[in-house]
Amino acid sequence: MLMRDLSRPLETDIPADALLEVQHLTMRFGGLVAIDDLSFTARKNEITAIIGPNGAGKTTVFNCLTGFYKPTVGRLTLNHPDKGPFLLERMEGFRIAQKADVARTFQNIRLFSRMSVLENLIVAQHNRLMKASAFSLAGLLFMKRYAKAEKEAVELAKYWLDKVGLYERADWDAGNLPYGDQRRLEICRAMCIQPALLCLDEPAAGLNPRESLELNDLLMSIRDDEGIGVLLIEHDMSVVMQISDHIVVLDYGRKIADGDPLAVRTDPAVIKAYLGEDEDEAIPEDIVQDLGLSTRTGGTKQGDGGNA
Amino acid sequence: MAGPEANVTAGPDSDGRAPMQGGINLAEVVKESAIAAGIAGLLSLPLLGLHAANVGAQLLLRTRWELFFAAVAVVFVGRFVLALFRDRRKRPSHGPSAFDRTLHVIHERMLVIGIVALVAAVILPFTEWGGDRYIIYTATTFLIYVMLGWGLNIVVGLAGLLDLGYVAFYAVGAYCYALIATHFGWSFWVVLPLSGLFAAFFGVILGFPVLRLRGDYLAIVTLGFGEIVRVILINWYDVTNGPDGIIGIPRITFFGIEFRRGEGTFADLFGLDFSALHVMVFLYFVILVLAVITNLFTQRMRKLPTGRAWEALREDEIACRSLGINPTNVKLSAFALGAMFGGFAGSFFSVRAGFISPESFTFIESAIILAIVVLGGMGSQLGVVIAAAFVVVMPEVFRQFEQYRMLMFGGAMVLIMVWRPRGLLAFRSPTILMHPKDGKKTIVLKKEGA
Repeated sequence: MLMRDLSRPLETDIPADALLEVQHLTMRFGGLVAIDDLSFTARKNEITAIIGPNGAGKTTVFNCLTGFYKPTVGRLTLNHPDKGPFLLERMEGFRIAQKADVARTFQNIRLFSRMSVLENLIVAQHNRLMKASAFSLAGLLFMKRYAKAEKEAVELAKYWLDKVGLYERADWDAGNLPYGDQRRLEICRAMCIQPALLCLDEPAAGLNPRESLELNDLLMSIRDDEGIGVLLIEHDMSVVMQISDHIVVLDYGRKIADGDPLAVRTDPAVIKAYLGEDEDEAIPEDIVQDLGLSTRTGGTKQGDGGNA
Repeated sequence: MAGPEANVTAGPDSDGRAPMQGGINLAEVVKESAIAAGIAGLLSLPLLGLHAANVGAQLLLRTRWELFFAAVAVVFVGRFVLALFRDRRKRPSHGPSAFDRTLHVIHERMLVIGIVALVAAVILPFTEWGGDRYIIYTATTFLIYVMLGWGLNIVVGLAGLLDLGYVAFYAVGAYCYALIATHFGWSFWVVLPLSGLFAAFFGVILGFPVLRLRGDYLAIVTLGFGEIVRVILINWYDVTNGPDGIIGIPRITFFGIEFRRGEGTFADLFGLDFSALHVMVFLYFVILVLAVITNLFTQRMRKLPTGRAWEALREDEIACRSLGINPTNVKLSAFALGAMFGGFAGSFFSVRAGFISPESFTFIESAIILAIVVLGGMGSQLGVVIAAAFVVVMPEVFRQFEQYRMLMFGGAMVLIMVWRPRGLLAFRSPTILMHPKDGKKTIVLKKEGA
């Protein structure tokens, strides 16, 4: 309970519509500054993308948000629509998902690969089921309340499996699924904790163009139907430019641009970070198109897909 | 898991060798064997072929051609067979082997086999073997190990926490009953739950310092914990009577009725002739019930949030944290519940033996229990039974080979691990099915290990 009190901000100077407010986030590893004084805001019902060249500190931001790292400096406020504000930097790792409802996926997929697809989604509802079963005791005594809670958990799992077309494979071992399905299952698993904020670390990495388009639809439906905020790290510009409402660009741990997709892709600092220092040279036309830098929507073109 | 390149066929010559799909290249094999035999000949000529013999005061050089040729022949044949076998293994296999299929069928019929085994266990004392004290005694020992295996299975098989000090909880349970019964005269039936609780408490004590450890580091600390408990038992003379152990531990009663001669005893009340076998059969049934309770508890736990969290923790701790699962609670509950069953088994051990000393709780016991879990296939309930039968009954069967029996036992164990690197029954059934009807059909029969 002490943790819970400390994790409430004392003053509420957060903009009313902000879901996540990152203020002056700095993360140092010894002498290395991975993130340097980063501030941005993510809103509810919006997809906020964090992009930047390799090693820019994107995943470090996620690890700070989800409690895997303790930030050196900074305040991370989550304005939960139902439960009120939380100060994430003061919370223990697993409590960020448990209390503040922040879910995440990983750059290298982390499924429970020897458990079935359905079990993966049931494990995600652990805290709800623990409460319903009085720490498993009610289940041990074959009480109805646990059976009911488990049934609801299966219903929620079924809803998400239907949504991504994995219902037929619900009893497969998660590790036996094709790569693209594993990516989608990980997003489903994160959604099964019924989050207020969903953090996706390169969800399109390794997906083929068709799967990547399906992912766009899924993410937009999560934003529009579930009414939560999505925070996205992505290399695939076709995903980022098409679905993001708001883009934050990092380079060497610093924020170099922040705004809507159109503003970001015409920003000279962004072009410089992606294509190098020499501004006298004209940028080749095909690179411009690949990055979606032209003023037309570059959405129909596929990006290079990061580390596919 | 693997990138898309993995689907592109790994060609037969991926290791640089010529493909050997059709038949075996006999000339090649013979040549290889001949080279090996030649090297063996060169080596064994001075070692085996020539022999310096003392005849009177003279030193004579004798030849032993029969030994020399035998050595060369053995190497040639051995190399030949090895080469044939190796090339055969290289060929793409056509699905799982008959052995794998048998094990899979055993896994699928788990419930039926379990019920049959249970019925057999219940009627065993009433068959003609039941009159044999040796068989009842060995069967009781076997059931103790089955129970310990099932208890450790919670920690190692389900939660994936490698525990090399499990015998410590067994010792805690045993000394708990021995001390309380000799000092206060409490009945076994009162102390049994207490010793379980006490062992669970020790499980939590062990759990706290090792929360941040995994794998090898965890194994070392648990190993140390097991030794600490044993050393305390040896040195705390005032309480534990040190290496002399505790003697005269009160025997088990039939819920208060003693197994003795005379009036008001078990034999008297049930109108039977007194027999020393009665108490043995009763002990057999007690451990059978305790073991079955352990099994049913674990089976039920797997279907509950705590049990599923154990398995999730085994698969990926970081993912667990990202889902809001408290890893501390999950680990401590696994340690505590696993230890609890170790404690039950320990107090049963001391009531059966009537005498305990720290010598019964050495590291080798932990190693045997762990071997049962690993051989059986991590997390498999039936596998534990098969492995316990192997570990307890094998040394008994090999008793006539005297000093070679541990060697044979060890060899058999190595063979199993070569054959089935992940244990005999390394299959896992999901704890909940979305499509229960066709669930069986969709399970992909795939080769384990390798």
